[in-house]
Amino acid sequence: MADLSVKICGIDFKNPVIPASGVFGYGREYEELFSLDRLGGIATKGTTLNRRTGNLAPRIAETPSGMLNSVGLQNPGIDHFIEKELPYLLEKDIVILANIAGSTIEECVQVAEKLEHTDVHMIELNISCPNVKQGGAAFGTSCDMAGEVVRQVRKATSKPLVVKLSPNVTSITDIAKSVENAGADAVSLINTLLGMRIDINTGRPILRNNVGGMSGSAVFPIAVRMVWQVANAVKIPVIGMGGVSSGRDAIELMIAGASAVQVGAAIFTDPYAPIKIIDEINEFLDSKNISSVRDIIGTVKPW
Amino acid sequence: MKYTQGKYLILKKTAVAREIYSFIIKCPEIADIASAGQFVHIRAGNFTLRRPISICGIDRNKGTIRIVFEVRGEGTAEISRLNEGSFIDMLAPLGHGFTINRFKKVVLIGGGIGTPPMLPLAEIYGEKAVVISGFRSADAVILQDDFKKTGAKTILCTDDGSLGIHGFVTRPFTELAEKGGIDAVYACGPMPMLKGIAEICKKYNIFCEVSLEERMACGIGACLGCACRTLRNDEEYFAHVCKDGPVFNAGEVIW
Repeated sequence: MADLSVKICGIDFKNPVIPASGVFGYGREYEELFSLDRLGGIATKGTTLNRRTGNLAPRIAETPSGMLNSVGLQNPGIDHFIEKELPYLLEKDIVILANIAGSTIEECVQVAEKLEHTDVHMIELNISCPNVKQGGAAFGTSCDMAGEVVRQVRKATSKPLVVKLSPNVTSITDIAKSVENAGADAVSLINTLLGMRIDINTGRPILRNNVGGMSGSAVFPIAVRMVWQVANAVKIPVIGMGGVSSGRDAIELMIAGASAVQVGAAIFTDPYAPIKIIDEINEFLDSKNISSVRDIIGTVKPW
Repeated sequence: MKYTQGKYLILKKTAVAREIYSFIIKCPEIADIASAGQFVHIRAGNFTLRRPISICGIDRNKGTIRIVFEVRGEGTAEISRLNEGSFIDMLAPLGHGFTINRFKKVVLIGGGIGTPPMLPLAEIYGEKAVVISGFRSADAVILQDDFKKTGAKTILCTDDGSLGIHGFVTRPFTELAEKGGIDAVYACGPMPMLKGIAEICKKYNIFCEVSLEERMACGIGACLGCACRTLRNDEEYFAHVCKDGPVFNAGEVIW
């Protein structure tokens, strides 16, 4: 049994596997299938200051080796999260990353302020949601805007601040450096890639929002490339995600430079995916006689 | 809500119409807790998303459930290629089923591939039920013998008049509703059909539940993908077909 624990921004994770924000709600639905205590952590559903109703359906479309979603940050608002969801999550022996978002810098700051007096372990600031008209990816696609929103949220929170980055940019390393300079403690990437499907019989896009965020195995090589580039560009830890569906994928992303991995669409295919990934990482390390998962982080030997 | 995920043996596969298949699946722990109106979420080969299929039969004694589904795309085509003796990966039973009560007279209305979830209700209500089913044409008609075995009265409609009444299910249903005495209506089928039924039920003040369909990802209420516009406490609310539904009170749905 290898040591699977990792430490990110001073927070101990018992293993490096975290269900990604948006696929896992606030965890309750999966507790029916397995104990949440087995996970390294949970990135909770993106939460805004006030309740958001989200986009009209259809919000989901299948794509080759992946999917599109355009949920549009439907959530019950931060007060509901703090009162009704967080206490239950904090009873678990896992790291809780509260994923937050906002339409304005002010909203992001207010949400972070509300979490300041809770026991949530980390904040994951979403500056990369492709499905909302304001805020979201608009923050994450400009270095200046990304830096500014992080600078303001940084002032509002003493908690470790992870900033979730969009891949829909010309240079993700520039954005990563910008949020690092603005005070981010870590970055997580990649959020979904903007995509589209059209029903050729009707000429109508499948998603009611026309476009949506693409995830699943198809995006995995992009995630590997971006994690590698960003890990080389910044000194803060990188949490990798994007199409991870097996222990081998998780190992690959960690070799590329990720200190932990998030699992998204794979959970829809197999709800036990995070648990299987944890077991597979362990088996791989044992088979290679590697005593700690920390020993593989960033060990890629580029040509 | 209780559910489980696993690989279950397909005991019997039959083609019930062109591109429509019936599977009887051995899954005692699912059969034990499943109820009419719930669905199973099936893994389809290497596709990312599972496919939600409504439950068409529950046999607790034999520990089996039955599903009847139509090949609509590549995912359901993949599922249809599974054979007797092979295993099907299901997350089930999911969703909120039909409200079962001591009603004296109920009408079950199924349109096309919306007909299968009506069968468990016909088994519960037997002679107290009138089943109205509608199909495109005679070659798409399914499950009529199964409904007759339950003791329910059956009324068959086809859009092109090739079998039974020529026209939509709303025609015979309107006649029944006008006569009165119906305690509850349960329906599943295309949205325009459900909307029409909901309007008739509202007019005659009949309790009505509808089973809805939406593109779905997790199936258990976590991802919020399968949104459905509903009214909750007079406020518009995006409910979720997988967890809040698939069965909704027709009065709650914003059509």
